[in-house]
Amino acid sequence: MIDIINLNKKFGELDVLKNINTSIKRGEVVVIIGPSGSGKSTFLRCLNLLEQPTNGDIIFEGKSILNKKMDIEEYRQKIGMVFQQFNLFNNKTVLENITLAPMKVKNLPKEEAHDIAMKLLKRIGLENKRDEYPNKLSGGQKQRVAIARALAMQPKAMLFDEPTSALDPEMVSEVLELMKELALEGMTMIVVTHEMSFAREVAKRVIFMDEGIIVEDDVPEMIFTNPKNPRTRDFLKKIL
Amino acid sequence: MIDIEFITTYYSYFLEGAKITLMISLFGVIFGTFLGIIVCLLKISNIKIFEIVSSAYIEIIRGTPLLLQLYIVYYGLPMALPFELSRMTLGTIAVFLNSSAYIAEIIRAGINSIDKGQKEAAKSLGMSNKLSMRYVILPQAFKNVLPALGNEFITLIKESAIVSVVGIHDIMYNADTLRGITYKPFMPLVYAALIYFIMTFTLSKAIGKIEGSMKKSD
Repeated sequence: MIDIINLNKKFGELDVLKNINTSIKRGEVVVIIGPSGSGKSTFLRCLNLLEQPTNGDIIFEGKSILNKKMDIEEYRQKIGMVFQQFNLFNNKTVLENITLAPMKVKNLPKEEAHDIAMKLLKRIGLENKRDEYPNKLSGGQKQRVAIARALAMQPKAMLFDEPTSALDPEMVSEVLELMKELALEGMTMIVVTHEMSFAREVAKRVIFMDEGIIVEDDVPEMIFTNPKNPRTRDFLKKIL
Repeated sequence: MIDIEFITTYYSYFLEGAKITLMISLFGVIFGTFLGIIVCLLKISNIKIFEIVSSAYIEIIRGTPLLLQLYIVYYGLPMALPFELSRMTLGTIAVFLNSSAYIAEIIRAGINSIDKGQKEAAKSLGMSNKLSMRYVILPQAFKNVLPALGNEFITLIKESAIVSVVGIHDIMYNADTLRGITYKPFMPLVYAALIYFIMTFTLSKAIGKIEGSMKKSD
């Protein structure tokens, strides 16, 4: 579904990503782990062009998204993203946060966008918060709304950029549960996280990145029980 | 010291003058805001030519005296236009052009104050720059700069006194007139000062109130 070919990203002189090659299949849940500064978030952000890759290519359903003719806004509609800091629109209610893009980008009629949003809110158990502003929600609630907002665009894949890192510990599980459900439904997911239990349980593949390269890319059983690379071993030893 | 008879006889001069001053300042800040938003959006448009033009506009207006701008508009605009504009209109145009440059910078600061995650979230949902500006960034930026816009209004109330030099009957002009017709060179100025102060002080208190209640909802 997404093929990443020789992807490089430089910030000035700094090589953040060095020749990344991998591909993401439909329905696959890929978890990216690695020390901070290893380039994993930058990699994720390149996938929907929040960062412009320096060179290399990203192929989505057979077409290069770096091609000048590619309609990036249309592409982004198909790739949902969930941020560490939630980034809910502060000036919009919960319901409006979810309906804004379907109405303004996809031009859905208000009733239809509303129905989609209410279904999603029911699903995440926050339909009673529909008219609240984001500042009235807890972190876990914010992140669930952010996931609902992304889902309302009916994306083909979802990117999660450390979705639980800014949460209080007791709120982590409500977000992870929702992500687990999505994975079970067959959503294609690329998740940057430090939640190793999630990686172990849900991921089809775990990618370990360090210093801008993919050090190891394997099924979770292998990564967690029998990592080949000493850097992977070191990292896991530190955090497990 | 306070001359009751003077006040009862001539209060209408101050009242009328206050009306004019308030109108010029209010229209100045309203039109200035509209134009300021446009200038600001051009400046951050990432289109070179627009950036240059809007930056030049802001720099020139901020770098020249309001009095000079008033003269240029007052004497220059009628030469350029095939129809006539009233004094009042010309004065207001000069004031709002001047204020638009300051407001453009206020709004730019407001936009910059919005967390970049807001724009990224909008982008990630497929929203264009235009959509994210309109529905996400500008409403929040505007809310943040509302107090600064209020202060700009206060500034205009004071600075607009300059339009008296082209014969617009604002507080300043009327105070001067009274000095002439009553042969009292001093007291009309004190009354004028008092009226300016009442207007600006009330407004600044009101803005403080609004600011306070906005903080609560954040």
